[in-house]
Amino acid sequence: MTALAALTGHYLRASFGNKFSLAFGALQPFLYLVLFGPLFARSGVGSWEVLVPGLLVQLGLTSAGMAGFGIVFDHRFGVLERLRVTPVSRVTLLLGRVLRDTVVLLIQAVAIILVAWALGLRAPLAGVLPALLLAGVLAVGMASLSYAAALTIRQELFAPVMSTVVVPLMLLSGALLPMSLAPAWLDVVSRLTPFRYAVEGLRALFAGSYASSALLWGVVVSLAFAVVGVALGTRRFQTENA
Amino acid sequence: MIHARGLTKTFGPVEAVRGIDLDVSAGEIVGFLGPNGAGKTTTLRMLTTLLRPTSGTATVAGADLFADPAAVRRRIGYVAQGGAFAPFSPVGEELVLQARLYGMSRRQARERVTTLLAELDLPGVEERTTVTMSGGQKRRLDIAMGLLHRPELLFLDEPTTGLDPQSRANLWDHVRRLRERDGLTVFLTTHYLEEADALCDRVLIIDHGRIVAAGTPGELKSAHGARTLDDVFLAVTGRELREEAAA
Ligand SMILES: Nc1ncnc2c1ncn2[C@@H]1O[C@H](COP(=O)(O)OP(=O)(O)O)[C@@H](O)[C@H]1O
Ligand SMILES: [Mg+2]
Repeated sequence: MTALAALTGHYLRASFGNKFSLAFGALQPFLYLVLFGPLFARSGVGSWEVLVPGLLVQLGLTSAGMAGFGIVFDHRFGVLERLRVTPVSRVTLLLGRVLRDTVVLLIQAVAIILVAWALGLRAPLAGVLPALLLAGVLAVGMASLSYAAALTIRQELFAPVMSTVVVPLMLLSGALLPMSLAPAWLDVVSRLTPFRYAVEGLRALFAGSYASSALLWGVVVSLAFAVVGVALGTRRFQTENA
Repeated sequence: MIHARGLTKTFGPVEAVRGIDLDVSAGEIVGFLGPNGAGKTTTLRMLTTLLRPTSGTATVAGADLFADPAAVRRRIGYVAQGGAFAPFSPVGEELVLQARLYGMSRRQARERVTTLLAELDLPGVEERTTVTMSGGQKRRLDIAMGLLHRPELLFLDEPTTGLDPQSRANLWDHVRRLRERDGLTVFLTTHYLEEADALCDRVLIIDHGRIVAAGTPGELKSAHGARTLDDVFLAVTGRELREEAAA
């Protein structure tokens, strides 16, 4: 517990020491919000309450999804090895980083919601707060997978591979346009990705439909995603990497 | 302090370590010598729980490597060949974090870091990053990192490689002092054989993943009618260590 707090605190201080990187992780969803949102809200497809949940999932993919980038350097400079030689459990070594990434994502998410509010978003607080929680769960899974990927693929490939993988995942989630508009085949493919369920769960919360099956599925799939992500990430911290 | 039997490690087709037996007693300084690629780092990474042996058994600092790796980790310090600091973070913060991972409170950790840095002739470097430090300073900083939790056994992987002769001598003085004052057991690798001769109670010579000679420097030299450990290496392997280290 002390170890987890020490690690998370250490990484948070490092992140807040670099405000640029805090803002950078949220840049893409922010651009979509400001430059695409007004268009979307007038398109007749949906309102701000439909778009913003999608942008939160996009944020999970771009912000938490690129978290692994930082561990590439720790690996190269021997920092990771020095942490692995301490008695701290491997899952704690992972979670220290992941909790930092989750806190960072939540701060970015709040900033996006506030700007969206200024632009015209109206959603019940009773839906927005649990939506943040759900986004946090998604971030735990996404950041963990990102670390697992960073410790698995060749270092120089991590950034290009991850930034490419994120694009189809985001498009298939229906974050930008609801999948109800999709042809049948695309709808089927989309249902194979976890983010589809997260987007719909978040939309249900923003719409105030707390008893919907979309919300239930969103919660179940996001939790399962986080568990799988942490398990895979921990495995990579356990196994040797020279 | 270390008892290992039949340790091996293969990486795909590469047999890096081919059956090593080791016994190191408490308070000894043991040198693990051999050319580049001999398997020194691989052996150290196995003994420090960082790498799973392909086969073999070992107890390290009284704990079984496989059954209780966490106990091994609590009792040993490890200074890796490549160092332990990223160049962009103040070294004090990294040291305090590491100390806290061994269970110290923030205050205990800060005090321990201050004392240890002073002992290693690095007073007040907390706010600096390693970019501004000399090779010798960086290496002492790595050693501070390995000593934070007062381990019984310290592994040093090539602590002096790349340092000038003066910094090397200085570093060995620190190692000697640690053994004399704290009874620390030290297991180190190096390919400066004349320094190993002067510093180590015992040396093990490893070549192609096997131990090819073991004993006190005196024993080895008289057994092979050699004047230096370099000559011993030449006698047991038929090759010059120095040329390979340079290659
Ligand atoms: N992670 C690894 N994957 C594949 N081969 C490795 C790995 N680590 C070491 N080796 C190989 O194992 C052998 C021993 O390496 P090492 O233990 O680093 O030697 P030394 O430290 O004595 O220079 C070398 O042939 C090296 O290339
Ligand atoms: Mg080596």
